[in-house]
This record gives sequence, C-alpha cells and structure tokens, in this order.
Amino acid sequence: MSDALLRVQDLHTQFQTSRGLVRAVDGVTLEVRSGEIVGVVGESGCGKTMTALSILRLLPDPGRIVSGKIMFRDVDVTAMSQEEVQDFRGRDVAMIFQDPMTSLNPVTRVGNQIEEAMTAHNKFDVNAARVRVIDLLDRVSVPESKKRVRNYPHQFSGGMRQRAMIAMGIANEPALIIADEPTTALDVTVQAQIIELLKQLNREMGTAIMLITHNMALVASLCQRVVVMYAGRVVEEGPVEQIFTSPQHPYTWSLLRSVPRVDRERRDRLISIEGLPPDLARLPPGCKFHPRCPFAVQRCREEEPPLADVAPDQMARCWVLMRNVADDSEPMVRLRANAPGQGATGD
Amino acid sequence: MIPVIFFVVLITFVLMHLAPGSPWDKGGGRQLSQSVVRNLNIKYGLDKPVWQQFLLYVWNAAHFDFGLSYQYEGKTVASLILGGWPYTFTIGALAFCLVVPIGIGLGVLAALRQNTRIDYLTMTFATFGASFPNFVVGMLMIIVFGVVAYNVSGGNVSLPVTGFGLDDHLIMPVITLALLPTAYIARLTRASTLDTLRQEYVRTAWAKGLSERLVVLRHILRNSLIPVATALGPTFALLITGSVIVETVFAIPGIGRSFVTAVESRDYPMILGTTILFSVVIALANLVVDILYVFIDPRVRLD
Amino acid sequence: MASAVAVPSQLIDWEQPEQIGLWGDAWARFRRNRLAVIGLTIVVLLILDALLAPALVHFGLLIDPLTQDVTHIEVGPGRFGHLLGTDELGRDTLTRLMYGARISLSIGIFVQAIVLVIGGTIGLTAGYVGGRVDNLLMRFTDIWYAFPDLIFVLVLVSVFGPSLLSIFGAIGIVNWVSLARLVRGQVLAIKEKEYVEAARATGSRPLKIVLRHLVPNSLGPIIVTLTFGVPQAIFLEATLSFIGVGIQPPTPTWGQMVNDGYQAVFANPSSVVFPSLAIGLTMLAFTFIGDGLRDALDPRMRR
Repeated sequence: MSDALLRVQDLHTQFQTSRGLVRAVDGVTLEVRSGEIVGVVGESGCGKTMTALSILRLLPDPGRIVSGKIMFRDVDVTAMSQEEVQDFRGRDVAMIFQDPMTSLNPVTRVGNQIEEAMTAHNKFDVNAARVRVIDLLDRVSVPESKKRVRNYPHQFSGGMRQRAMIAMGIANEPALIIADEPTTALDVTVQAQIIELLKQLNREMGTAIMLITHNMALVASLCQRVVVMYAGRVVEEGPVEQIFTSPQHPYTWSLLRSVPRVDRERRDRLISIEGLPPDLARLPPGCKFHPRCPFAVQRCREEEPPLADVAPDQMARCWVLMRNVADDSEPMVRLRANAPGQGATGD
Repeated sequence: MIPVIFFVVLITFVLMHLAPGSPWDKGGGRQLSQSVVRNLNIKYGLDKPVWQQFLLYVWNAAHFDFGLSYQYEGKTVASLILGGWPYTFTIGALAFCLVVPIGIGLGVLAALRQNTRIDYLTMTFATFGASFPNFVVGMLMIIVFGVVAYNVSGGNVSLPVTGFGLDDHLIMPVITLALLPTAYIARLTRASTLDTLRQEYVRTAWAKGLSERLVVLRHILRNSLIPVATALGPTFALLITGSVIVETVFAIPGIGRSFVTAVESRDYPMILGTTILFSVVIALANLVVDILYVFIDPRVRLD
Repeated sequence: MASAVAVPSQLIDWEQPEQIGLWGDAWARFRRNRLAVIGLTIVVLLILDALLAPALVHFGLLIDPLTQDVTHIEVGPGRFGHLLGTDELGRDTLTRLMYGARISLSIGIFVQAIVLVIGGTIGLTAGYVGGRVDNLLMRFTDIWYAFPDLIFVLVLVSVFGPSLLSIFGAIGIVNWVSLARLVRGQVLAIKEKEYVEAARATGSRPLKIVLRHLVPNSLGPIIVTLTFGVPQAIFLEATLSFIGVGIQPPTPTWGQMVNDGYQAVFANPSSVVFPSLAIGLTMLAFTFIGDGLRDALDPRMRR
C-alpha cells in the first residue's frame, strides 16, 4: 500500500461574517495516497471546496484556518511561510477550477498562461519553455497546438479551455491535482472526454487526483475511494464499490437514491432529499443531518456521532446504520451497539 | 469624429445667430453710425443670408481661418488661439502627467488594501477632490500658499499667485487643474480593481504559485486598467474645462482665459473658434483612446 | 371571457407588493451610512435656511443682504456685529451666504426637473419606439455626451444672457444624458418581460403597462442619478457666477461671493473662504447622500 501523500487532520476553517461564525470546515480528516483517485462529494455548501482551498491556503477573506494540520508528505502546509506556500502551489499540488471561462485571464494568451505556471517554479530558456507548452497542449489533446498557443481564451471552446487548465495543472508534474467540479460547466459529451483525460493522466503520470463533485456518476466512473461530506464534516468514506453497493450513512444512501437510473423501474417522481442544507452559521445540535434524515432517532438529536469503522476500510458518522440496500427496497436499519452508555437496541 | 465636430459647429453657429442684438452694440459706449455699421457688416460678411454665412464659415474653418475677433480690432481668432496655445498646453500636459500616475496609483493602492486606513484616506481625498470646484480649490490654495504663507513668513516664503512662468508659477495652477481628474481616475481605478480582484482567474494565478508581484502586474492590473484607459477621453474633457477656470483664477493668458473674456464681451467669432478647437481636441482624444482600446483588449479585435 | 383579460393584470398586480419592502429596507441601510446621514443633515439645514432666511430678516434677526454698511467695508469676521464680516460694499457676509443657499438649492431642484423631463422623454422614446428612432437618438446622445458641459453652458449663456431662466435651462440642457440612458435601459428591460407580451396578446396598449412598471422599478436609480446631478449643477452655476456671467448681482450667489472676494483676497481672505467652503460642503453633502442612496437601493444587496 502506498504512503499517504496528503493527510488532512482535523481541519477547522472558519469565516467570521456579519451573520455570525461560519464553520465551513468543521473537523475534516481525510487522506489521499500516492497515485490514488479520491472523490469528495456532497451538496453545495458542504465544505468540500473550502477544504480544497484550505489545502492550498487560497481561502478568500475573511476565511481562516483555525486549527488542524495539512500534512503533505512530511510537511505541514498550515505552518508554511508565504514563500514556501508559493513554491508548494502549482509544483506539489495543483488545482483546477470549475468554470474555465472565468478561470482564465481573458486578455493574456493561453500559451503564456501555461508558460507562467512552469516558469514560476523552474528556470527555462525561452525556446525550451515554448516547446514544452506546445507539448503540454498535445498531452491534453488540444488540436493544432502550435497555433492554439497564441490564442486567447475566448477563442477556445469550453472543453478546450478546461484542457488548457489541466495543462496548466500538470505543467510541473505535481504529485496531486485537486479538481473542483471540473466538468460541471461543460456539455455532457465533453464531460466524458475530460474524465477520460484525467484517467489517462493518472495512469501515465501517476498523479493522484482529488475530484470534488456533487455528481455521483462521475465518482463511479473515475474514483477509487470516496469521501462524503455534509455540513463541513466527513460523514462517510470508503472504497467506491463498497460505498455504492452498501452505503452506511443515510445521507450517502439518499444521494445514491436520487440519481435516476435507466436500469431500474421508472417512477413517477424523482427522489430528492427533503429539506435544505443547513446554515453553517447556525448548525443544529447532535447529528447535523438529523433534521433531514428519514431514520433519525432521539439520540441523533442530542449527540453527534463520531466517525467510526462500520466495515473493513469503511467509516461512517451515524448512530443508525443501514443494511439491505441492494435494491430499492427500504433498508433495514440497526442502531449502533458499540457506543458507550447505550445498550444494544435490536433491529 | 467628423459628424461630431460638424454638429457642434452647426449648433454653435446657429446659437451665435440667435443672439439678440448685433455685435456692434457695445453697451455703454458710443453708438456707431448706420453707415459704419453697414460697412462693418459687409466687411465681416454679416449681410449675407445665414446659410451662406454658415457654409462660408465651414469652408474657412477647414482652412484654419476663423475670422476676425470682435474684441481685438484687427486680430484674427486664429492668431489669438495660437498665442494662447503654449500656455494652455504646458499646464494641461503637466497636469495630465500628474493625473495618470497618481490617479491610477492611488486607486490601485486603495483597492489592494481595501477597508484599511490607506483605502479610507485615499478615497476621502478623492471624494473631496471631486466635490470642491476647481476655482474653490484654486482660491483656497492662493489663500494658504500665497496670502497666509506671505503673512506668516514676513514676505519670504510664498508661491506666485498670478501669471505664467516656467518655474514655481506653475505649481498651484497645475495642481489645481489636476485635482479633479485625479480624483475621478482614482475612484474609477479602485472600483475596477476591486471588481477584478473578485474574478476567478486571479485565484487561478495564485493557485499556480505566482508571487504577489506577478499576480498584481500580469493578472490584476492588466485587466483592471482597461476601463481606466477608456476613461482617458473624458479626462481630457475635464482638463479642458478645468483650464478655462484655472487660467481665469491664476490670470494665465491661455486659450481658456481668452474663451472667458470672449464670452464676457460676446466676441462670437472667438467663441465659435475656441469651441471648435475644444471639440476637435476632445474628439481626437476620444479617437486615440478608441484606437488604443483595440490594442489593449484582445477580445474586441476582429479575427 | 373574463379570464383571458384578468390574467395579465393579475400578474402585474402580483408584482407590485415587492416594492414596498424595498423602501423600508433601503431607509434602514441608508441610516447606517454615517456619511450619508451627515449629508442629509446638512441638506436639511440648508433647506430650512433657504426657506427661513427672508423671515429672519423680516423679524430683524438677520441683516438684510442688500443693506450696505458703508462704514464697515471689508471687515473680518466677528467685528462690528457682522458675524462673518462684510464684503467690499459693506454687505453682511453671513446673510449673503444664507441667501446664496436659496439660489444653490433652486438650481439643484429646478435643473434636475428639467433633466428629468428632457432625459426622461428621450430615454422613454428611444427605449419604447426602438429601431431607427432609437439609433438616431442614441447617436445624438453620444455626441452630446462627448462635449464638455462647461463650455457649452458658457456658449449658451453668452447667447441668451445671464438670466435666471437661461442659466437654469443651459445647465439642464447639458446634463440630461445619463438620465436618458438610464431610462432607456429600464424601458428596454421591461419590454422584454413576459407580461408585456401577454398584454399585447390581449390587445391592451403596452405603453400603459410599461409606464406602470417603469416608475416603481426605476425610481431608485433615477433618484440616485438626479441626486448626483445636483452637485454638478451647483458646480456649473458657481463657476458661471465666479466668471461673472452667472446670476447677476444684487442677488447673492456663492460663486459671485468668491469672485468678489477674489479681488480682495490679500486684505480679507475670509471673504473667499466662507463661500468656498459653502459650495464645497454642499456639493459634498449631496455626493454623500447620492452614495448612500445608491448603496441603500442596490438590488444586489437585498436579502
């Protein structure tokens, strides 16, 4: 088993706003191993993007990393100086953003923007740099790369722009690429191509990928492990097949159920999760999901469950665990017996 | 550009001819006799029908002949304009050289350090600069640096209050003229830079590991200064209107002041000629800015 | 049947209540802006002053602005019963300042009324009729915008003389452009909305509907634009008075007072300082109010 490349340990990121203290990331622990593809899923506002931005120390004002560690190999990113962070960004860990139209500088040539990513970390002579940029564009399958280098972003199509962003990301062959909803702003057909590209890069270059998305289908096609987040914390994690076939957390189960599937019986309505994501400045007591959880019991309202092992290699944060989700029938639920001060309550 | 100027000339010309009374009615002086008036009319071409006068005027104007001034016997408008030109140009050019770097500098600084004391200070300065009319500022400067300084220092230290000279005579007029445009550019630059800072590509630049210097220069400024460039046209207009007042306050014999005296004495050829000059200069400035814009913003290029 | 006609008007009425919340909300936000409140206080004081000044004179609390105290010419502030001194004809500065406020405020109000009428009409016509008329009007607007306001006002005043009417008219004529563009934009936006289509489909005249929606939706930005127009108008009038082609004496205006003080600036600088500060502070006050209104009514900030 390969070593952990990135280890986020009990990260707390907060925003002091006029509405109160927003706990965007509230005790997140996760890990990405070298060469691995990990998916981080959850609804908008669950803290997945803020976790990613915290890793690169790119939090917008007034965000602050309040406590916790982010270990990249043996170094704590939260303790790095400004220069060290600038070296770290783009060279060790690169990030790709959601909307390539607004993520690229509209008045600078694409080639220059890619070149910039390289020359920020290494010295290149002018020609070598140009050649490498063209090579990178080829690597991400941008056609007519020699011509395209001189183009401006508005002359690229959406898919090509995202490829250019990826080229910028791999320019320094980083050990990890964080991709924040890389396909959400693209057409469906193009989405598949970008996912293929990411798979290919992972195979050829051994780059680890942290894919942030709300789209479970993408996770299924690309990732090896998945981390499910809700209200700024991790609620379930484990290998993809395991999670998909037997999710233990009601939220994960609801997310999977809400994806319409062709191979199942058609229903009259789409299934969605009742209620709205919580206000991160006014979180409910106990389990943060309990107001929307179909299986919540009294304990869920009072005490927040810890993230605990529920199966080999799978962890979930829930008092009520689920069984029998192979088909759409209502799962049987079982209260967790191993919590202190609580006797086992039967199925 | 041409239609603008033509339109301006047309309107001004029509207005001149709507003016009641004839230019020979110099109030308070002796009335000229009928025959003299008739001869003057013929001499100045005022006896022809209006539309003919207009065409004649346009033709002459295209050859830089703006006719004779009514106030200064025998002098052509063109010569008066040429005479005043160097003074106006010097002050205007110097003011422009202050406006651009200081205005942009303050605006960028305020935006990058938003909500800090620097931001409040610079923006307060800009608000005041934009709210006190330039003759007020000029007056106050005269009082502080001319009168008060003189009194306090017993006649030793003070700035010259009137007249033109290539020395400290220039200090107060140039600063007074530059104040309003600087405030305007500073506010615009700040707003534009704040807007740019919110853009996603700035975050991409940081994510690539670029230094602050590179992010500010290549990504932030490169974008935020585009709207500021288009504002240079109106800045020119401000400098021209400003020069009218500044020259009056500081008694500088430039075109602005000639314009004011022309208005006071109803010297219509002079008014018309100067107005045309102003509109040509402004139209040219706007044209240059439009051309420049194509070079600055690649999104508008036709390819 | 009735329903076919009822549906559009139901849609329309349903939209209206939204606006009521906006004003209460906006006032709360405005109140929180300290500068805006200060500006408002100053303006309210000015209005009171303008309205009450003649009464104060009538009751002997204030010296008549036309009275010339020839024994006390150009005295400094606080002497001989003249709180702020006198001018070169012995007239009391304080009372002339207070009367000057009447002119400045009138300029602000009446000019903006003219601006509203001209700009509103042009904007409404251009937006509603569209097509070639719109193009023509917009070209016209662009040409008008490019020309410096002061110059044109001076030209107009030189033609029509410095009467109250011509000055008000001149300033109003040069300043309608921003309002016209604003109104046109609003009209275009409303035209796009479905209820206009629906109304047309049932045969009712869209103009009435457009007008009915124009007012609540654009009242906010129109008020902001007009508020910002006031300091511009005050500035132009003061400049005209300063040059000497503004409102003529004996009606006191602040610009005139600065000009008069200019002659005596070495002997009695305070005669320039007070009217200068009056002009500047008034312009600032309206600018602060304008900023406050704009932030308070910004739809982006609505919860």
